[in-house]
Amino acid sequence: MPTTRHDVVQQLQARLAGVDSMDEAALEREHVHVLGRKAGLLTAALKSISQLPIEERRTFGAELNQLRQRFESAFEARRRTMAQTVRSQEDDVDLTMPARTTWSGGIHPVTRVIDEIVEIFHRLGFAVAVGPEAETEWLNFGALNFPPDHPAMDMHDTLYLDVGGDPPEGERMLLRTHTSPVQIRTLQASPPPVRVVIPGTCYRNDTFDASHAPAFSQIEGLAVDEGITFVDLKATLIHFAHEFFSPDTKVRFRPSFFPFTEPSAEMDIGCLLCGGSGCRACKGSGWMEILGCGMVHPNVLKSCDVDPERYTGFAFGMGPHRITMLRYGIPDIRMLFEGDMRFLSQFGE
Amino acid sequence: MNISRKWLEAFLRQPLDTHDLTERLAMLGAPVDSVERSHAGLSDLVVGLVKDTQPHPDADRLSVCTVFDGQDDYQVVCGAPNVEAGKRYPFARVGTVMPGGFTIEKRKIRGLTSYGMLCSAKELELGEDAGGIMELATDADPGTGFLEALELDDECLEIDVTPNRPDLLGHKGVARELAAGYGIQFRLPAIEGDYPSVPAPVRADGAEGTTGGVRVAIEDPEGCPRFLGAVIRGLTVGPSPEWLRSRLEAVGTRSINNIVDATNYILMELGQPLHAYDLATLRGPAVIARRGVAGETVLTLDATERTVDGDMTVIADEDGAIGIGGVMGGETTEVRSSTRDIFVECASFQPSRIRRTRSSLGLSTDASFRFERGVDRWAAPDALRRCLEIILATAGGTLDGDPVDVWPEPTNPPRIFLRPARVRQVLGEEIPWEALEQYLVAIGATVVSKPDDGRMAVDVPGWRPDLREEIDLVEEVARMHGYQNFSSELRPFRVGRLPDAPSDVAARAVRRGLSAEGLYEVVTMPMHRGEGSESVPLLNPLSAEEAFLRRRLIPGLVREVERNWAHGVRDIRLYEVGTVFRMAGPGERPEEEIHVAGLISGRRHPRHWTDGGHSGDCAQWDVAALFQRAVALANPAATVQVEGGSWVAVSAAGSVVGRTERIDADAPPWAAPVYGFEVVLDPAERQSQRYRALPETPGSTRDVSLVLHHDATAEAVETAIRATRGTRLESVEVLSEFSGGDLPAGSRSVAFRLTFRDPERTLRDAEVDKAFRRILQAVQQQVGVAPRGVDGGAAGE
Ligand SMILES: [Zn+2]
Repeated sequence: MPTTRHDVVQQLQARLAGVDSMDEAALEREHVHVLGRKAGLLTAALKSISQLPIEERRTFGAELNQLRQRFESAFEARRRTMAQTVRSQEDDVDLTMPARTTWSGGIHPVTRVIDEIVEIFHRLGFAVAVGPEAETEWLNFGALNFPPDHPAMDMHDTLYLDVGGDPPEGERMLLRTHTSPVQIRTLQASPPPVRVVIPGTCYRNDTFDASHAPAFSQIEGLAVDEGITFVDLKATLIHFAHEFFSPDTKVRFRPSFFPFTEPSAEMDIGCLLCGGSGCRACKGSGWMEILGCGMVHPNVLKSCDVDPERYTGFAFGMGPHRITMLRYGIPDIRMLFEGDMRFLSQFGE
Repeated sequence: MNISRKWLEAFLRQPLDTHDLTERLAMLGAPVDSVERSHAGLSDLVVGLVKDTQPHPDADRLSVCTVFDGQDDYQVVCGAPNVEAGKRYPFARVGTVMPGGFTIEKRKIRGLTSYGMLCSAKELELGEDAGGIMELATDADPGTGFLEALELDDECLEIDVTPNRPDLLGHKGVARELAAGYGIQFRLPAIEGDYPSVPAPVRADGAEGTTGGVRVAIEDPEGCPRFLGAVIRGLTVGPSPEWLRSRLEAVGTRSINNIVDATNYILMELGQPLHAYDLATLRGPAVIARRGVAGETVLTLDATERTVDGDMTVIADEDGAIGIGGVMGGETTEVRSSTRDIFVECASFQPSRIRRTRSSLGLSTDASFRFERGVDRWAAPDALRRCLEIILATAGGTLDGDPVDVWPEPTNPPRIFLRPARVRQVLGEEIPWEALEQYLVAIGATVVSKPDDGRMAVDVPGWRPDLREEIDLVEEVARMHGYQNFSSELRPFRVGRLPDAPSDVAARAVRRGLSAEGLYEVVTMPMHRGEGSESVPLLNPLSAEEAFLRRRLIPGLVREVERNWAHGVRDIRLYEVGTVFRMAGPGERPEEEIHVAGLISGRRHPRHWTDGGHSGDCAQWDVAALFQRAVALANPAATVQVEGGSWVAVSAAGSVVGRTERIDADAPPWAAPVYGFEVVLDPAERQSQRYRALPETPGSTRDVSLVLHHDATAEAVETAIRATRGTRLESVEVLSEFSGGDLPAGSRSVAFRLTFRDPERTLRDAEVDKAFRRILQAVQQQVGVAPRGVDGGAAGE
């Protein structure tokens, strides 16, 4: 006599009771043994239904399907229990112990500020231009409309280089005092429209103290095209101030003097420390000088063979070191030239 | 430039608020650097009225006064001989802090308590008079602030004047700017005292004239285009009156005597330097402006003998140089207390000559500061007359003849044409003709006409040497219109034609890459002590330590490693991307390169407790990896090779463009070894990267341990492995190294894993085995290296 339907059900129910105590390997074997597609007990029993009398098919089929569901949920429950056991074994360790780390590095805070400034001007259609740090007197001063023997030179305490030979007037080599020579180089190399920002190191014959460094970075901008006006200068730089500092930063422009721009201006922002009420950092004025700017002087355009009657432009320059000190509250510029790991690691990626 | 608020008020004839003044000056282009209250130490003093005075019962020289401060009566014991009932004196009540720093306290004097002190001028540091208390010529109510009652409640504003604006180096110029800004008139303050009216200077014919018996001559018209002079006889040199003295003290100028003070007053008021000579000491008598003669010496007022040259203008008498024109007068002709007759000089000097003179003499003075920026030569006659009036009012004497004006080649300030269309082109806004006119008139220019071509002819004022071309007037228009009144609407623009500079793009990629390797970027000073003849020297270095430009970055980084050791930091990982310099030919531009350098020292990984606290220190293998990474980023065309005990990067052209280094530094005993690398950044644009198809077939691996004797290298083995053709070899990997055991001395066993793959189909084991055997044969033939034992690899990766 073939195994009865009753026997099959009883046998399966007995196996079902054992699922709860199985280990992982036994559980997998049991899964195959019962529910396996080719030779699983339940699978075979379900296949055999078709040979039964019609009236028995329904009740037996329902019974088997119910069993299958019970097996599936028993397997699932057992698996979940075992996973929890593994996790609870992990939970036994002291998870307050320190994590395993790798060394982290970082870009210098001044470079980060420069990158951020460049990024803002990238969005305004400016590309990055660079130039040499050793320059001729002509490119650093003459081409930028500095008259010889003029007090404007006092604003640029210059470090000269001893490269030998007997260079003619204007060809003496010096360390550039600003990034502005790159304005000349760029305009000479490429006709307008020109829109560039120029980051780079500049040099002054200044004693190294808390607020002065003999080498420092500057970032300069230049836009030359037909129809560029003082309104564009203001709009561009206000946009920059709002992007870099915050959208509600107060901005003002006031007259100033640079030989290579006219009209010239200083751009101030509302003091970052006191918010405008006046403090020591802003000398009580509520304002902080952030950059110098102006409309490119016609004589500068002429030195680059650009027709000043057709083209106009604006230029600006600012000191990332000072901006870095303001932004992070760094009290002494010399810290920005030191490789103190304790300092640098405060500015991680 | 120091500016007194009260002096400005005297010009503008209205009270000024210091805060508002500061704001306006900033917006006009002369920002205020600092504000200092005058006599700030006297702010507690009040006007005291002496109601009654009685002799002290126990002391002959003391009196007992009843002093009223507007509210109460105080008993004050006073030792001054001049105290009188009914008069007003500076009164320091109990608690007042005196200029010397001591606090007035209630104290007993010969048995009577004194509640405060009546003060002398000396006690208030307002003069030398200590003989008696300071009688106040004021009818201010008792209790009024002392400074207020004497109109000493002033502020000194230090303004930052840009080099293009010499007109702001005097109160008149600042008052003019403010008057234009406020839209009001301004007028010279009156001179106190009696004086006769001074006639206008008389123009001499040619380059020579006479006044009061003194010959005045210009022999260097380039250096000294205009020279005015006058003689006053029979004056009395003495202390200046209060008004003159307080004006000067308010701007930080010490009062000397009435003559010197008069010239200093004009300097601070009109910006015109003048000089007074003791006429008795002038030989000739003559005053001559001429070029210096090489080797000639002048004893200047600062008691220094100075040697002049032919580029300098000296002031001479008939016998020799007595002063350096526009810079400093001489000691031999100085006005002294005994001087009775003086010659007053009011001259113009050429700015760039003055600049060269003061710079080669190393002597910057108030006079040279103004002359090198440009002093209004057209205003010189007025300045001289005003100075003479002050001297006559304060020192007496009489003018001997008309002042003389020697001006061999008179000129006018320039005329400039302004096109309203140009204003619009530069400033971006239409400013009507009337407004343009109004702005230019406000700065003192004369708008001459409206020529038919639509241009405006503008005669600029003599005190504005910075106005030379049309663009200068455009700036004045913008300034007077107010920068804040221009639109700031962002408008469409054309982008530039240039791409980002490739070297900057490359440098940024290097920084990102090395930061991701766990290194911190550092920026060091590019000035060093110099390394060999290729270092570029500075002509005017800050110090011997900074006398050359760096050739390499590593020395600067080593100093930073030492700095970290000094702080007890052992794990150090730094890099720098910076410019280095090398001498080119004589007189030529130095060569510049961007270098990338890094230094590592200390643990390979941060300490972790699972390692039992032990994690190895960085070794050469760590710097080699960083170097390879740095070369790939900074100089991708270069290849890394082993050379002489370190790794080098070799460019396609065969030159060494980078190397690793074991660094010898001044290390504390606990420090770990330091490894470094430096590589040249190739500024060329980078090739864009291409995608390589991912394999769709499985690979097969075979591991083998090869015994390398003596000088056989892993690189040679790998080269031989790769050189074997037709094997479908994909990669070679070094798994491990072993020496000792049963291996002969000097030999080592290196395990390699070879991976084979055919992109089209799955390789059969037999094919892989065959290729593997061919490779081993080739290695044995070419490098003489044989397997220690062949292990069959597991299939698949
Ligand atoms: Zn502030």
